[in-house]
Amino acid sequence: MSLSSTLHRLWSFPGGIKLDGNKSLSNHQAITTAQLAKQLIIPLSQHIGHPAEAIVSVGDKVLKGQVIGYANGPVSAPVHASGSGIVTAIEERLIPHPSGLSALCVIIDTDGYEKWIECTPLIGNSVGTSAGTNEASAQTLSSLSSAQINEQIANAGIVGLGGALYPSAAKLRTAKKMHTDTLIINAAECEPYITCDDVLMRRRPEEVILGILLIKKVVGAKKCLIGIEDNKPEAYQALLTAISGYEIPNTEAQIEVISVPARYPAGGEKQLIQVLTGREVPSQGLPMDIGIICHNVTTAVAIYHAVYRGEPLISRIVTITGGAIRQPQNMEVPLGTPIRDILNQAGLDEDKIEKIIMGGPMMGFSLPSIDTPVTKATNCILVSEKDELATPPPAMPCIRCARCSDSCPMSLLPQQMYWYAKARDLEKVQDYNIFDCIECGCCSYACPSNIPLVQYFRYAKTEIWDDERERNKANIARDRHEFRLERLEKAKAAKAEAARLRKEKLAKKKALDAEKAKNEENSSEIESSSSKNKSSDNTDLIQEAIARAKAKKAQQQSQKKNTDNLSAAQQKKIDEVNKRRQKRAGTEKLQP
Amino acid sequence: MFLAQSSPFLKPELSVSKMMLAVTILMIPGILTATYVFGYGVLVNIFLAIIFALTFEALILYLRKRPIGVYLKDKSALLTAVIIGVALPPLAPWWLTFIGLFFAIVIAKQLYGGLGYNTFNPAMIAYAILLISFPAEMTTYWQTPAMLASQFEGQTLGLLDTINFQLFGQLPAGMTIDALTSATPLDIVRTSVLNGSATIDEIHAEGSAFGLFGGIGTEWVNLAFLAGGLFMMRKGLIRWHIPVSLLATLGFLSLLFGSFELDSNPSPLFHLFSGATMLGAFFIATDPVTAPTTPRGRIIYGAGIGALIYIIRTWGGYPDAIAFAVLLMNMCTPLLDYYTQPRVYGHKADERDEESS
Repeated sequence: MSLSSTLHRLWSFPGGIKLDGNKSLSNHQAITTAQLAKQLIIPLSQHIGHPAEAIVSVGDKVLKGQVIGYANGPVSAPVHASGSGIVTAIEERLIPHPSGLSALCVIIDTDGYEKWIECTPLIGNSVGTSAGTNEASAQTLSSLSSAQINEQIANAGIVGLGGALYPSAAKLRTAKKMHTDTLIINAAECEPYITCDDVLMRRRPEEVILGILLIKKVVGAKKCLIGIEDNKPEAYQALLTAISGYEIPNTEAQIEVISVPARYPAGGEKQLIQVLTGREVPSQGLPMDIGIICHNVTTAVAIYHAVYRGEPLISRIVTITGGAIRQPQNMEVPLGTPIRDILNQAGLDEDKIEKIIMGGPMMGFSLPSIDTPVTKATNCILVSEKDELATPPPAMPCIRCARCSDSCPMSLLPQQMYWYAKARDLEKVQDYNIFDCIECGCCSYACPSNIPLVQYFRYAKTEIWDDERERNKANIARDRHEFRLERLEKAKAAKAEAARLRKEKLAKKKALDAEKAKNEENSSEIESSSSKNKSSDNTDLIQEAIARAKAKKAQQQSQKKNTDNLSAAQQKKIDEVNKRRQKRAGTEKLQP
Repeated sequence: MFLAQSSPFLKPELSVSKMMLAVTILMIPGILTATYVFGYGVLVNIFLAIIFALTFEALILYLRKRPIGVYLKDKSALLTAVIIGVALPPLAPWWLTFIGLFFAIVIAKQLYGGLGYNTFNPAMIAYAILLISFPAEMTTYWQTPAMLASQFEGQTLGLLDTINFQLFGQLPAGMTIDALTSATPLDIVRTSVLNGSATIDEIHAEGSAFGLFGGIGTEWVNLAFLAGGLFMMRKGLIRWHIPVSLLATLGFLSLLFGSFELDSNPSPLFHLFSGATMLGAFFIATDPVTAPTTPRGRIIYGAGIGALIYIIRTWGGYPDAIAFAVLLMNMCTPLLDYYTQPRVYGHKADERDEESS
């Protein structure tokens, strides 16, 4: 395995920037455990797609791991209680989201017993025992079906923990359907400061590998590449050791651990795919379009927990770091724990706080408040002290130095997009492929004029979406209006036609009557008007036939079927129905 | 409670001000060498140019109601001033510098909208206007101290003498204006070849134009600017595209035509190491505001300037051609930017052509 990893050919992506990792702050300590919070705030939407629907109500007692919100739709994920206790409220609370908005949360006052629901693992043995049990578990793994495992993943509420938050089961299902043959595990962790993936691989490499084998099995992928930045040699080595510890049949499991050069954003999905395979995900497409599925290493561990232990996703590892934290560390935190609690536990220096960021310094966002909870998306809380991060200086004019486009990993032209975004020329911005922008922040970082380029691009994107929504609305309204006009026109035409027919009938009848009278008057004219007579005979025949049909219908309607011994109310209902039917028959007659 | 802001949060690696200052500092080796070769006039020029530039910049910023402090600190005017100072004849009278800076800062830069908005390189606009308006002053006064010394028994112009001459037009006793009038190596080669008065070999023998490998005197100045330029490239202040394609094209064309008519064409080395070639390639053509932004665009742009330099030097009406070559290619910048856009990740190579057709 180690041989093949050194031999793997690497490609490169354009642009990118060398960043000071700041990872040693937090990556050498053991993973700590968060103290149980008095109150857990669990948002019902911690994923992309429909929010989960609450199935508990205020006052309910819940156990740790119990479902409190079920997945609502195919792209959704259930939410579980991350501690035992009592539901005290289901209400809107501030959530850690760049919008600073609130969302529906289940509030659980914990009881401290930490009583679990009964967990039902699919595979009996978990890691940490002898090699024999590992073999046994591998056998069990081969006896499981892809659908079985995926159902367990869906029920565990697992979502893409690399930041995308897309429900994993839905993604795996699609990948399976599209015959994806390559699984890429994203272990690059290219953002400065964040080390949660790093320590996870260092401390629990077996769980990572077993989780990956599960994903591979579900997707049916032939090979698996683990991409890891070369600034994490310990994690790299740990994975290699873990792999060599498993007797994995070569044909089934080709897992390669590949060290990639540390250059931001090597951990971007598109960039990692490019570096590992030399291929590009088509614009507006998915990795699956080129037979690749990408999963984060933390997601793999969550899947391991779901299948081998039967535990749903109720906690995650969070990097707590930055200049204002006395003991930077990685902490396993139950979802819903207030961020304030874990910051205090890690030694928050209140006087030093300058910024509090969730995520990394390149793509994270300022937290609206630290009284928001840890969610499935919370990989890092970065609390910076003064001068550690940038305070935006006033932007200078663009000097067209093209450092932005030189650093863009997507080969976009940020200075052009900026120009048109500023002028709100939304069409031109799209001509310059703004929707291929991954908002990695390289351009803003590289800009010597301090222009907040990414912010301009986000603005342009939302404006375009807004415009599209408005356009769609207008289109629907126009369609509705046109349809209404058409309907009115039709009704008018139908009315006119009916009137015309009535008139015609009347005229015919008059003519007929007149003719009859004439015929009676003058029988000598019979020969000359024989053709007319013939047609009137025909009308008679038709009318007779209609009369016959009518009689038959009436007879059918009056015939009673299984309607003996009816109660008065039933009889009344039937009469009503009959009346309605007759009425309808009447109207049908009006409209030929 | 604490600062809210949008990502990225990392400190930017560079600022416009730092960039301009670094480029200016990396011109110092070239400036010192030029001072050694051409005398104190170079330093006086630069000093005057900086004072005029900052004054004009402050004045026009005030008129345009812009924050003066912020924009003076960006140091772009400083860089423009230093480039003009080096480019002017070493014994140029002060009013030449004054007029040059007026056109550079007021007309070519600020009236177009200030930093980042000018279409043409301000320093080169200044140079071109001076060259056309005052051809005599711009092509003479290139006397070197060594030549003066040989004429006046070791007497040269000291710093005070130089200032006195440039500001007040007064020469030390015994010297005349005519003595200061001397042509540059490029000029000598051009006029001789055009008149047919001398072949390259004869000029060589005369020893007034050719140095060890380039133009006499100027070869060292060029070498110093080359060193500064390479350092800028190493530091990532400029990319390689423009200087490399410019020098390669100039070298290739002089090699190509030189191999046909050895008598009337100086060697590629002479072209590369005389006049303002290196200053132009590394410090002038790379001006970000007026150059294209795409890699392919920059290569074409550099090659265009290189070709124009050769054409104007060989067949044009002026001995050196950096200013005209740069200005002509400045005009092509928007076009080059549009047609040389790189292929975006995940797009097919010919997508844009399909879209436009």
